[in-house]
Amino acid sequence: MPSPELLKETNRQLVICNACRYCEGFCAVFPAMERRRTFSDGDLTYLANLCFDCRACFYACQYAPPHEFAVNVPKVFAELRAETYRDYTWPGILSALYRRGGLTGGLVSLVCVVVALLLVFGLKGPTAVFTAQHGEGAFYRIVPFLAMVLPALGITLYGFAVLMIGAVRFWRSTRGSFVEMLDRGAFWRATQDAFSLRYMRGGGDGCNYPEAAFSHVRRRLHHLVFYGFLLDLAATTVAAIYDHVFGWIAPYPLLSWPVVLGTIGGIMLVIGTSGMLYLKWRSDREPTDREMAAMDVAFLLSLSLTSLTGLLLLAVRETALMGTMLTIHLGLVAALFLTMPYGKFAHLFYRYAALIRNSIEERAAAPAAAGH
Amino acid sequence: MLDLTQAFDVLVIGGGNAGLCAAMTAKRTAPRVLLLESSPEVFRGGNSRHTRDIRYMHDRGNDYATGPYTQEEFWDDLRRVTGGETTEPLARLTIRDSVDLDEWMATHGVRWQRPLAGTLHLARTNLFFLGGGKAMINAYYDTARRLGVEVAYAAEVRQLKVADGAFHFATVSYNGTSHDVRAKAVVVASGGFEANIPWLRKYWGDAADNFVIRGTKYNQGLMLEQLLEQGAKPVGNPREFHAVAVDARAPKFDGGIVTRLDSVPFGIVVNRDAQRFYDEGEDFWPKRYAIWGGLIARQPGQVAYSIGDAKAMGRFMPSVFPAVEAGTLAELARTLGLDPAAVQATVDAFNRSVRPGTFDASQLDDCRSEGLTPPKSHWAVPIDRPPFWAYPLRPGITFTYLGLTVDDCARVIMQDGRPASNIFAAGEVMAGNILGKGYLAGFGLTIGTVFGRIAGREAARHAVS
Repeated sequence: MPSPELLKETNRQLVICNACRYCEGFCAVFPAMERRRTFSDGDLTYLANLCFDCRACFYACQYAPPHEFAVNVPKVFAELRAETYRDYTWPGILSALYRRGGLTGGLVSLVCVVVALLLVFGLKGPTAVFTAQHGEGAFYRIVPFLAMVLPALGITLYGFAVLMIGAVRFWRSTRGSFVEMLDRGAFWRATQDAFSLRYMRGGGDGCNYPEAAFSHVRRRLHHLVFYGFLLDLAATTVAAIYDHVFGWIAPYPLLSWPVVLGTIGGIMLVIGTSGMLYLKWRSDREPTDREMAAMDVAFLLSLSLTSLTGLLLLAVRETALMGTMLTIHLGLVAALFLTMPYGKFAHLFYRYAALIRNSIEERAAAPAAAGH
Repeated sequence: MLDLTQAFDVLVIGGGNAGLCAAMTAKRTAPRVLLLESSPEVFRGGNSRHTRDIRYMHDRGNDYATGPYTQEEFWDDLRRVTGGETTEPLARLTIRDSVDLDEWMATHGVRWQRPLAGTLHLARTNLFFLGGGKAMINAYYDTARRLGVEVAYAAEVRQLKVADGAFHFATVSYNGTSHDVRAKAVVVASGGFEANIPWLRKYWGDAADNFVIRGTKYNQGLMLEQLLEQGAKPVGNPREFHAVAVDARAPKFDGGIVTRLDSVPFGIVVNRDAQRFYDEGEDFWPKRYAIWGGLIARQPGQVAYSIGDAKAMGRFMPSVFPAVEAGTLAELARTLGLDPAAVQATVDAFNRSVRPGTFDASQLDDCRSEGLTPPKSHWAVPIDRPPFWAYPLRPGITFTYLGLTVDDCARVIMQDGRPASNIFAAGEVMAGNILGKGYLAGFGLTIGTVFGRIAGREAARHAVS
């Protein structure tokens, strides 16, 4: 469980919020809070993960610091989310990686890239690496097919398993049953909420980013990142189908589906991640948790560098630089997926679970409210 | 840093709702408008930062108000709560001019939300701003800045120079020095004097030290005092204020909404001597909460205790401080510092007087006392199931009624009955013209917005003519 002091402080602030309730139009958190009179530790963790950090409640708060009530919900929720990711992960010993999110991300990326370069240069020799490769199988002449696919598959499955363990632990802490987790209606509504980033709309005018003024910029940038990421996943999937089903070997022509999807996704990711990094840099630090911010920056940088090197690889794939660029790119991809279960990527799983819980609660509350 | 030596067209004193409405409106016609806010930026907005809804006239319901609220119904409500202590032409002007508030506020950046949970009684008559009063104030400051209103924070007006019914200049303490700020017209929108404890002591003596001030500590009433000293005609009873029962553990200033307690109708309220002093079940809480501040202010030590049992817990809105709880009434009394025997006797007498009935919080039910003084007319059920709980209560002052008399152009009226040529007033500082007694939820903001706009318009007209 998260630290007792943090839970106590979160509870203190939410008791004030629950007596005020001015913010209930901003997002799902405050209506969910109002369905309770007291907050269990699980409730607090759930509410923290239901928060999309739009910060509208901070700027609207009559009790924000320096008021003696010192209510700063986005900050305390960010701290609690960071602790959630850390405490519900597996194995426990690796949870320390969350604590230094920025350092971990940077080190893992560096190590992955260096190891990949050493392996490729060591095994293939500099001459082969710096020779321009052409035609079918060009990539695999630098990094063999299985060396590319097997580690990637392993890392991805491992990351998914770790995050599912975390999500299930989180779900249990909200006293949710297994059957509830498979609730199709709730799952569908949560999916709509997630894919539309509904709660980054705040009360309609968007988030308070980078500062007090409302803006939709953060939601739009996040959309670029998320859908860019999905396009890149789609590109990889199509490429796998080309390879396994049709026996068409990469690299693919510029106007093929994998390259088109991958390029658009990559550009979206580069713009989205750079924009979000810029927003973070410019943003008001008061409603921020340092640990969560470090996690955010590490993940955004990792995504950004991976997509940037992917695009560069496309640009240089006919030249002598391809081998080096491919190796760097693959090193960064490996690092991205390795750190996924121990970094900001985890928010996908926890927020999704929180949205499902919210959807179940909203449905349960609706008939009762109508009856009054 | 702002240059205060230039000559302004309109000077607005006070950066709450009324002052902002005046400044934004004045800026349409007057090129140079200065707004002075005495608080630092983080606490800007006066008492408006604690508000949440505004009452306005509308002929039909809409997305945010559930039904119509006509001019006549509005006027009837106002006449009822004030007991006639209102100036009818100004009151009717306020009501009539409130008709476009929804659109006007929205175009000035305010966003609406559906009525908050637990405010069903206001869902038809009042509009709720998304995020509450501070969000509204933030939107107004943003709009004012975009319109070109100059704003100075932590700028306190120390002295208003008035001669022959006209404003000449204001001496302002700003950024460590004193400036004489000149303007062709001034709008005073600086609130009441409820945060000025020495002033309250003039009427209430030592009792004033035990009052909790629900709003900003910056409402010192300095402008009100100076204008009254320099010949402005007062309005409203200086001794009176609007006060509700708040948790005695509330901060001295700025506790806002969260310190109020809704537990009173669901138990009994005793004073320091463990004696009841008023009918806790007289009417629905939204209709009665506003008298309890005054009631407690007149009790010894200005303190009271709302007491109930396990049956009643959960029937009222959660509040910010936890209830004091105990397994027995004697233990509860000891924790509160009351005489256990006296508390027990009062509860016993109450329990004996309770007639059987069917408890129903949603209506004036038939659960009442018999032969008890004072009676409890509704929701009276025996206090007998532990754990017992209590909340200590103090008077929480919302606003004072004393103000400046104005005409329908928001001009300040002098004691000779003539309006000052270039002094205008808006908001709490003149609300006593319209709301001389009692209270209607969200009506203070109605007065502030309507008269803020009038004052801004008239001050600008005077300045550019």
